[in-house]
Amino acid sequence: MSAVNPLKPSQRMKIPRQESIEQPAAERSINFLEVSFGFDEDRAVLESQRCLECKEPYCTDGCPVGIDIRGFVTLVLQKDYVGAVQKIREANYLPAICGRVCPQESQCESLCVMGKKLTPVAIGKLERFVADYEMKHQLFTPPVVTERREEKIAVVGSGPSGLTCAAELAKMGYRVTVFEALHAVGGVLRYGIPEFRLPKEILDLETERIKALGVEVYTNFVIGRTATIDELFDEWGFKAIFLGTGAGTPTFMGMPGENLSGVYSANEFLTRVNLMGAYRFPENDTPIKIGKAVGVIGGGNTAMDAVRTARRLGAERAYLIYRRSREEMPAREEEIHHAEQEGIEFLLLTNPLRILADENNWVQGLECQRMTLGEPDESGRRRPVPIPGSEFTVELQTVIEAIGQKPNPIIQATTPGLATGKRGTVVTDAQQATSRPGIFAGGDLSRGGATVILAMRDGKVAARAIAGYLQGLNSPPP
Amino acid sequence: MFLILRKKVLAPTVTQFDVKAPFIARKRKAGNFVMIRVEEGGERIPLTIADSNPAEGSITLIVQAIGGTTKLLTSKGAGDSLLDVVGPLGNPTPIENHGVVACVGGGVGTAELFPIAQALKAAGNVVHTIIGARTRELVILEQEMATCSDSVTVTTDDGSYARKGFVTDALKALLDLPGSGVHAVYAIGPLPMMKAVSNLTRTYGIATLVSLNTIMVDGTGMCGGCRLTVGGQMKFACVDGPEFDGHAVDFDELMKRNRTYVDMEKITDERHVCRLTAVRQEEIR
Ligand SMILES: Cc1cc2nc3c(=O)[nH]c(=O)nc-3n(C[C@H](O)[C@H](O)[C@H](O)COP(=O)(O)OP(=O)(O)OC[C@H]3O[C@@H](n4cnc5c(N)ncnc54)[C@H](O)[C@@H]3O)c2cc1C
Ligand SMILES: Cc1cc2nc3c(=O)[nH]c(=O)nc-3n(C[C@H](O)[C@H](O)[C@H](O)COP(=O)(O)OP(=O)(O)OC[C@H]3O[C@@H](n4cnc5c(N)ncnc54)[C@H](O)[C@@H]3O)c2cc1C
Ligand code: SF4
Ligand code: SF4
Ligand code: FES
Repeated sequence: MSAVNPLKPSQRMKIPRQESIEQPAAERSINFLEVSFGFDEDRAVLESQRCLECKEPYCTDGCPVGIDIRGFVTLVLQKDYVGAVQKIREANYLPAICGRVCPQESQCESLCVMGKKLTPVAIGKLERFVADYEMKHQLFTPPVVTERREEKIAVVGSGPSGLTCAAELAKMGYRVTVFEALHAVGGVLRYGIPEFRLPKEILDLETERIKALGVEVYTNFVIGRTATIDELFDEWGFKAIFLGTGAGTPTFMGMPGENLSGVYSANEFLTRVNLMGAYRFPENDTPIKIGKAVGVIGGGNTAMDAVRTARRLGAERAYLIYRRSREEMPAREEEIHHAEQEGIEFLLLTNPLRILADENNWVQGLECQRMTLGEPDESGRRRPVPIPGSEFTVELQTVIEAIGQKPNPIIQATTPGLATGKRGTVVTDAQQATSRPGIFAGGDLSRGGATVILAMRDGKVAARAIAGYLQGLNSPPP
Repeated sequence: MFLILRKKVLAPTVTQFDVKAPFIARKRKAGNFVMIRVEEGGERIPLTIADSNPAEGSITLIVQAIGGTTKLLTSKGAGDSLLDVVGPLGNPTPIENHGVVACVGGGVGTAELFPIAQALKAAGNVVHTIIGARTRELVILEQEMATCSDSVTVTTDDGSYARKGFVTDALKALLDLPGSGVHAVYAIGPLPMMKAVSNLTRTYGIATLVSLNTIMVDGTGMCGGCRLTVGGQMKFACVDGPEFDGHAVDFDELMKRNRTYVDMEKITDERHVCRLTAVRQEEIR
């Protein structure tokens, strides 16, 4: 492809990285509407001009699904937005979602050459722009399924790994059924990531598109309970199964006071608000109760979502309590930045010790201890060590723990022969195959907590492996 | 959507529903429960599967109207549908032949106990059942229990029917009966009742299984809202239970925790009651 950008590289480098249009922090911290409106057309085109159209585009190496980034950015430059989103969709079925939630700064954008000396091309925001453009102008054209295949495949869990696997298999012509335990599809995209970061409208639209490919969806269906894996094979006639059940079981710190009223796991807190709509209580029936001051423990995306949600529910003081420093926080940079703007108070290098109760068994405070950073641990991050005698108490009425999750054990416990690894993950090979023939797995279930795009990557790899497996079953033995 | 096939009022606030849910009907065992949502915007609440008919593809739920969601549910009738029903959840009750067992039910807990008593009888146990209620008209399933029990004793708090007193009085009398030989106790009812039963049987050293009504959101182990302390350890009632060793449960902690949303539940309740009365007035007009 010949270069189409009329600007010389030196001129491109003079263009500053474009910023999204956002709701002002004061306004948005009291509503649940989306924080960022993304780029308008002018900003998108200007941003696309910054791309150097590298001969060897390293950016793509940073994308777990290998999107042709240079290719789609060039199409933006040519104002062929629909062409751009179609190019993305060759590799990534959910661009409107990834453009919003991918940790770009540690993936594609971290390898963009523009970032070496200046700032990287805003790949994620461009991805979002073209996906939104297509949505807004209703220009989506569904892929044409040319072949029909007889084999039935079950996909367990409707998070990003399951939805992607289902879509890929359906495009190959297979008959796919998705089983979801909750009453709504989407996994963490539904119950975890809040409306102000990912409007549920987008998820609903993507789900409809996947159903339009002929995928059948059963909600309210817990595999391991309503039917077991072996029953799916033997009684339902499925020929292969993909497990994408995520890592949804919350872990707790194990400190005193965790069973007081006013203590939540981030999962419960976010599920009440997002899945059950508790932010619209009493219009919706599910209650959520927070005090004037709320403390969220953790430093990942989950913690950030919980603390910003608490703010929006009316917390006057919302603390983020993290035992390392800001640099070590695993959350997306953009979320940390947004949280700071919204007045979230960061208590860094702070480790909670115990939760204190009032006379009604409600949370009254959190006793903490200051930390300092010592030698790097096995994760390469500097290990926090307590400073003796530094104990202090934060006055608050709600504590939300966001310190990590592990896979739900229901399927592992009811499926003989399915090998599991540490922290209850399901073991897979590079093709996402598990220890049992015909069963594949991916996403947080096999990784133990990762990202949306890695879950999608696994779903995609598994779909190809499943097709290979089925074709192998059908071909006569040599 | 899950169709309500039949509705039967068992007591003034206690209603039985047969609901079409073929996958669940096939799989359920005594002790399992379902999570249901009546309509859009509604709460997810846990209800025990009291019985099932796999041939018809139906499950039986017995519900006591105590708050917003349960009142809304009992306002529904045959031909209406429930939006969501998921299950069977929780671990089935471990059923063994202990020889002689006592089944103690309090209030709507009797409904949850019924399938367990049936299973215990089928496993060859001598089953002594004790049913407790506040007052005469709240006694449920007496006849049904009789079909799977060797004896049925009813107690009412106010003495308006059968024996006056609490289930623990009747249980103590049974345990003290020379040669009664009770080897295990299954108790389901309000938390204070299960606590009292557990305290009693502890002094006799008789193994006691209780079924815990915690707050639940998903019912599949995903939120931790149902957590409680058993033997000093954190457990999730929906996946580790709902039944636990009554002698190891920290009842006091759980009773306090269950009061977390009392004030907000009142709002939901009032809203539903308003709406339901509005509907009724509509019907009258
Ligand atoms: C609050 C929060 C914020 C996050 N923010 C980001 C972010 O900004 N960017 C990012 O890249 N990543 C983020 N993540 C991580 C990301 O969401 C996950 O890595 C990703 O969703 C994993 O996808 P999955 O398909 O493996 O599983 P999940 O999304 O967890 O979906 C699993 C689904 O399986 C269902 N299920 C479980 N058991 C059964 C069963 N037995 N039968 C039937 N169904 C079952 C569950 O109900 C669920 O719907 C966040 C995570 C959380 C919790
Ligand atoms: C495993 C399990 C099985 C159950 N089986 C049955 C059953 O078969 N039939 C039945 O009628 N009920 C059963 N319950 C209880 C039922 O789920 C609650 O009554 C229901 O959630 C109350 O909802 P509500 O909106 O009507 O009342 P709310 O307004 O939520 O509550 C009204 C009052 O009841 C208290 N309460 C709230 N939740 C519970 C609870 N889970 N258990 C006891 N008290 C509670 C509140 O503190 C309040 O005082 C079961 C609960 C569990 C955990
Ligand atoms: S999917 Fe994620 S990693 Fe890949 S290009 Fe888009 S934003 Fe970057
Ligand atoms: S590395 Fe950066 S500049 Fe180069 S092609 Fe990719 S996005 Fe463009
Ligand atoms: S109800 Fe959510 S974990 Fe038990």
